Amino acid sequence: MALMQGRFIDNIGRVYGIYTGGFLAFIILMAILEQLGVGADTIGILFVAFTIAIYAIIGWLSRTMEVDAYYVAGRQVPAVYNGMATAADWMSGASFVALAGGIYFGGYGYMAFIVGWTGGYVLVNSLMAPYLRKFGCYTVPDFIGTRYGGNLARLCAVIVLVVASFTYVTAQINATGTIAARALHIPFSYGVWLGLLGILLCSMLGGMRAVTWTQVAQYIVLIIAYLVPVIWMSNAQGFGIIPHFTYGEAASSMAQFEAQYGLNAPAEAMAGLSVLTTPHTGPVGDYAEWKFVTLALCMMAGTASLPHILMRYFTTPSVRSARKSVAWSLLFIFLLYFTAPALATLTKLQLLDPSLPTAIIGKPFAEVAALDWIQNWSSVGFLAIADQNGDGILQLNEFFMRPDIVVLATPEIAGLPYVISGLVAAGGMAAAMSTADGLLLAIANALSHDLYYKMIDPKADTAVRLIVARVLLLAIGALGALIASLQLTGILGAVAWAFCFACSGLFFPLALGVWWKRANREGAIAGMAAGFIAGSAYLYYVYTGGTPWFGLDHLRFGIVGMATSLVAMVVVTLLTPAPDEEIQRMVDETRVPSGPAILSAKH
Amino acid sequence: MSANDSDDVRDRYWAKTRNMTILVLVLWAFFSLVVPWMVGWLNTYKFIGFPLGYYMIAQGSLIAFVVIIWVQNWRQDAIDDEFGFGEEE
Repeated sequence: MALMQGRFIDNIGRVYGIYTGGFLAFIILMAILEQLGVGADTIGILFVAFTIAIYAIIGWLSRTMEVDAYYVAGRQVPAVYNGMATAADWMSGASFVALAGGIYFGGYGYMAFIVGWTGGYVLVNSLMAPYLRKFGCYTVPDFIGTRYGGNLARLCAVIVLVVASFTYVTAQINATGTIAARALHIPFSYGVWLGLLGILLCSMLGGMRAVTWTQVAQYIVLIIAYLVPVIWMSNAQGFGIIPHFTYGEAASSMAQFEAQYGLNAPAEAMAGLSVLTTPHTGPVGDYAEWKFVTLALCMMAGTASLPHILMRYFTTPSVRSARKSVAWSLLFIFLLYFTAPALATLTKLQLLDPSLPTAIIGKPFAEVAALDWIQNWSSVGFLAIADQNGDGILQLNEFFMRPDIVVLATPEIAGLPYVISGLVAAGGMAAAMSTADGLLLAIANALSHDLYYKMIDPKADTAVRLIVARVLLLAIGALGALIASLQLTGILGAVAWAFCFACSGLFFPLALGVWWKRANREGAIAGMAAGFIAGSAYLYYVYTGGTPWFGLDHLRFGIVGMATSLVAMVVVTLLTPAPDEEIQRMVDETRVPSGPAILSAKH
Repeated sequence: MSANDSDDVRDRYWAKTRNMTILVLVLWAFFSLVVPWMVGWLNTYKFIGFPLGYYMIAQGSLIAFVVIIWVQNWRQDAIDDEFGFGEEE
């Protein structure tokens, strides 16, 4: 097995090169089939089934019974590939499916997610990743438990991790279910379980090693699927092959169209669907700048505290390669995030600009109602048009759409062939599955390593530990699918909550663990507990109808949690004795990149 | 290795690392927190056809983050090597 792994690592570039070529050939084959008259449904099914089968094969080939391989992929993942895996781990169903739609409807204010989800990596790189890698831990609570000492600190970290990651994972399973249901024509409640099956095939047998190599494959699929429609649409509209630097005129012209059509609330609202009411390029309303900055800050601090991201940097061979892999991660993530506003702008232009044949706003109502894509999407309840003022013309505030479908519907709006829609469905599936994999593994590993092995049964042998880890993975996945099938929350709200939970409880205990030698156990426990409880209590307060303080609504409760966490941690630390010599020496060691890890290789 | 282990070398290494981290965080705060505060004013200017404030949020700050991390890692590697803490890969 060791020999196999060595050979694979040596040939990794060639393996993924062939894989990428194969995927492109598959897309061309599908395009030919479409020309030959194969139905759209068949093409959608082939896209989703083919890609999931590939991931499952990779997962099976990476099966392992070694602790080191299961928890940290043997710590031999090269920086570039770890960067790709992190990017797939990172970009969830929310980024792929919902982000551009959010920008389309939410306008400028929504772009705080873009700034937050990229800027957070500066914090990961400066404050966290290299030091946690030097520490040599398997999980994030492993760091907290060792740095501060004691089972109570470890337990607090496990609780915050489980709550944050579980909130996140239900949203991802929800997204896989939605896409599987649409592409395979099965009810949503079956789609959820089918999605879970795909996710578990990738992670059950091989743990972190299997997840790493499937995530690399998933990144390649999702980035191709995101870029192709935008580039295609940009060509059709005359913005050139790379639209990112040339869509400026389109963005500028939005203000003019907004003035022409008017950004008004609809005469009669429709549940679950939105009309365009916010301007595209600038802040508006009370606290607009403050709201932007606080949302960005929660997302950034959350990025630097979410365990499924931090644990990806435990898999690199060295501290230096951990840093390098953060840089690659951000570059790969950046490719999608700087495309999202372009996608939102070009799609909006398709619908609004009267000089384009695809425009619908301002056109006769009956003409628009006869369009294929309008009929397809409104038949499933994701879109609606209603001539509410009775003038026979479709006004901007008479066009209702679910924000989540903008990316999925864009190929049809722009009149692209169906093969592109199939590709986008496969990309969305890859994005949601890869994130769900990472999250499920983070939860199961924390429970099996920190709760079971470190706290309940420290004498457990390797085989038992790995079986416990897999049973937990299965159980948590099933629980997640069960909750997802109830459809309690939307995809985006749940994701923002996960970031806020993580930064409320973990940001300061993690950062100060490295950067403040004086920080001690009592302070860390106070920081985790007070931050997490204050954040959750504030969420409960605003969610049940309380008036937000300074515009801090339920998406931004991390600000309250983080502030409480910082104050509690500093005050309690200063009131209690400094940590002992040994811990202080451990912190010194953590700060130096060379030398052996703090925790031994097989702890 | 043992020659480098003296506390003095470590302290100087950490002081340099810390100063660079502070500089990085100041730049980070500028692009992620200060620029969004000035968006209304920046939007009165144009940049390659975009309203400038919109451009900074949609692309400019993102590009800045990528550049910051790559330059930081390049400088940090140099600091590691200078004090003999660099690792062979």
